[in-house]
Amino acid sequence: MTPPMSLTRDWLLTDAPESRRQASLGRLYRGWLQFRGNYLAMAGLIAAVVLIAFSLAAPLLAPYDPSAQDLTNRFGPPSAAHWLGTDEVGRDLLTRLLYGGRITLGMVVAIMVLVAPVGLVVGIVAGYAGGIADRILMRLTDIFLAFPRLILALAFVAALKPGISSAIIAIALTAWPPYARLARAETLTIRNADFIAAVRLTGASATRIVMRHIAPLCVSSLIVRVTLDMSGIILTAAGLGFLGMGAQPPMPEWGTMIATTRGQILDAWWVPTIPGVAIFVASLAFNLLGDGLRDVLDPKQG
Amino acid sequence: MSAITDAGRSPARFRASLTGLSSVAITLFGLILVTFLIGRAMPIDPTLAIVGDHAPPDVVAKVRADLGLDQPLIVQFWIYLEHLVHGDLGRSVMTQNLVTTDIAHFFPATLELATTAIIIAILIGVPLGVVAAARQGSRFDHVVRVISLAGQSVPIFVLGLLCLLLFYVKLGIAPGTGQQDVLYEGMVPDVTGMRVLDAALDADWDAFWDALAHLAQPALVLAYFSLSIITRMTRAFMLEALAGEYIVAARAKGLSPARILWRHAFGNIMVPLITVIALAYAGLLEGAVLTETVFSWPGLGLYLTGSLLNADMNAVLGATLVVGAVYVGLNLLADLAYRLLDPRVR
Repeated sequence: MTPPMSLTRDWLLTDAPESRRQASLGRLYRGWLQFRGNYLAMAGLIAAVVLIAFSLAAPLLAPYDPSAQDLTNRFGPPSAAHWLGTDEVGRDLLTRLLYGGRITLGMVVAIMVLVAPVGLVVGIVAGYAGGIADRILMRLTDIFLAFPRLILALAFVAALKPGISSAIIAIALTAWPPYARLARAETLTIRNADFIAAVRLTGASATRIVMRHIAPLCVSSLIVRVTLDMSGIILTAAGLGFLGMGAQPPMPEWGTMIATTRGQILDAWWVPTIPGVAIFVASLAFNLLGDGLRDVLDPKQG
Repeated sequence: MSAITDAGRSPARFRASLTGLSSVAITLFGLILVTFLIGRAMPIDPTLAIVGDHAPPDVVAKVRADLGLDQPLIVQFWIYLEHLVHGDLGRSVMTQNLVTTDIAHFFPATLELATTAIIIAILIGVPLGVVAAARQGSRFDHVVRVISLAGQSVPIFVLGLLCLLLFYVKLGIAPGTGQQDVLYEGMVPDVTGMRVLDAALDADWDAFWDALAHLAQPALVLAYFSLSIITRMTRAFMLEALAGEYIVAARAKGLSPARILWRHAFGNIMVPLITVIALAYAGLLEGAVLTETVFSWPGLGLYLTGSLLNADMNAVLGATLVVGAVYVGLNLLADLAYRLLDPRVR
């Protein structure tokens, strides 16, 4: 076993790794080298990291309180005191933008935590078990795939009640089917591989085969899909907010901020535009990142 | 060889299309069940919407029984299905019309918008994707990649608002919101519900140009999203096709690069491309909700959001069901086109 102090370039890129850990770390490093060469993907990665850092540090960075109003300074243009200007009740836009990032990213994380494991389990079980279980699970998946995401989410939110938690549940309900499809397809290609037959011969249980040998192999295509999906989720969440069905004012959610000030676009165009740019940048960052990750992790997808 | 005789001769293929149809039937049934359950999970009591808040208890009970709400859920679902088969989606509280009447009134505008958008997206997206693939790695390819990634990242409602601000307010070269200027309201007989077509049928060219000008902005904004998907997929399919051995053979024969690109490679990606286009078209229904809200376009999306804000449940569920059914239908069409056009599936 090589000690970790030899974590050098040569050790990582060796043709003859001595341990399993060395081989997998080496593979990661090669992927990173390939990823680093893709400028667009690197731009996406940097933007995503900056976005996450700013959102986490919002209480430290924000110059004002996100709900502090100043009715004497409504729709103030960008100035030294308010870098991005103020909104319809004189709240600082930069502050609300930073706090809005927390809401958006929080929603994305919550949805992913709900969706990815569910999709993975449904897909792997369907693919591995086959037969009637496969048919039922895939039919269920198709039914949820048959709705346009935003419209089903709208109907769900209407049935629950407008708000962030309803929006999270509604988007999660519409977001899991592609993951199930993906995991099933991956499972079907792995299921009859020789190494699975070998594991089965050693007497491993179905649960063990699925959890230890099939699920890990689905993860890389799942990561790509999750990253690319994040932009779609950011857009859906903002769209729900814009339609008045997501986060409710006075929460500083980006889509909601646009909805409450879109009527003033003639007098103060920057007030609804700035959150719009934030949505675009966040969504583009994850798209670029996912695109680059796909080239590295999952070259067979288009 | 026609498809019908072929299907008769090959039982396996006939069975395959039957399975396709039955799976669509099951999906539709699931769709109905989901919308029904959403309706029953509503916190709003539909009886109170009818009788008001201060009705005596016996009246409430009577109306509940009339609506079938005192029955077990499965019986309620059966009643819902029965109404559906008779084309009854209930009455909208907001407009006081039958939901089916409302949908028939609002749907053509959405159809007009989405169809124009998908045509624009195909006309621009397909050539962009083909040329980007032919010049893989070139500056053109990178520009196309950024354009299409941006299209998938831009919130469509922000794009719409900014377009209105720039082209309508600042530059004054585009008309404002809505399907037609108020000046022409009621001037053109309502035949198809699509204003551009109606004006053309009536040979009222002033109204025609006005309707077309109103259509241009929302359709372009809506087209951008599907344009990026179509471009990306065309590029990916073309790259795969261009790597084929028959392309090497065609080159060896000395065919011109343009002929190889468009006849040989592009000819082979038509089938998967049609599937992508059908799915993109279905996806436009979703974008239409947001675009219609921004441009006050009197389509199904505007109807849906208006009903949502008024908690008009029959209208919401009806519109959701119709959109879902159209979505399933387009998926089925894509599947059928695939079966008919791809000789390998035959």
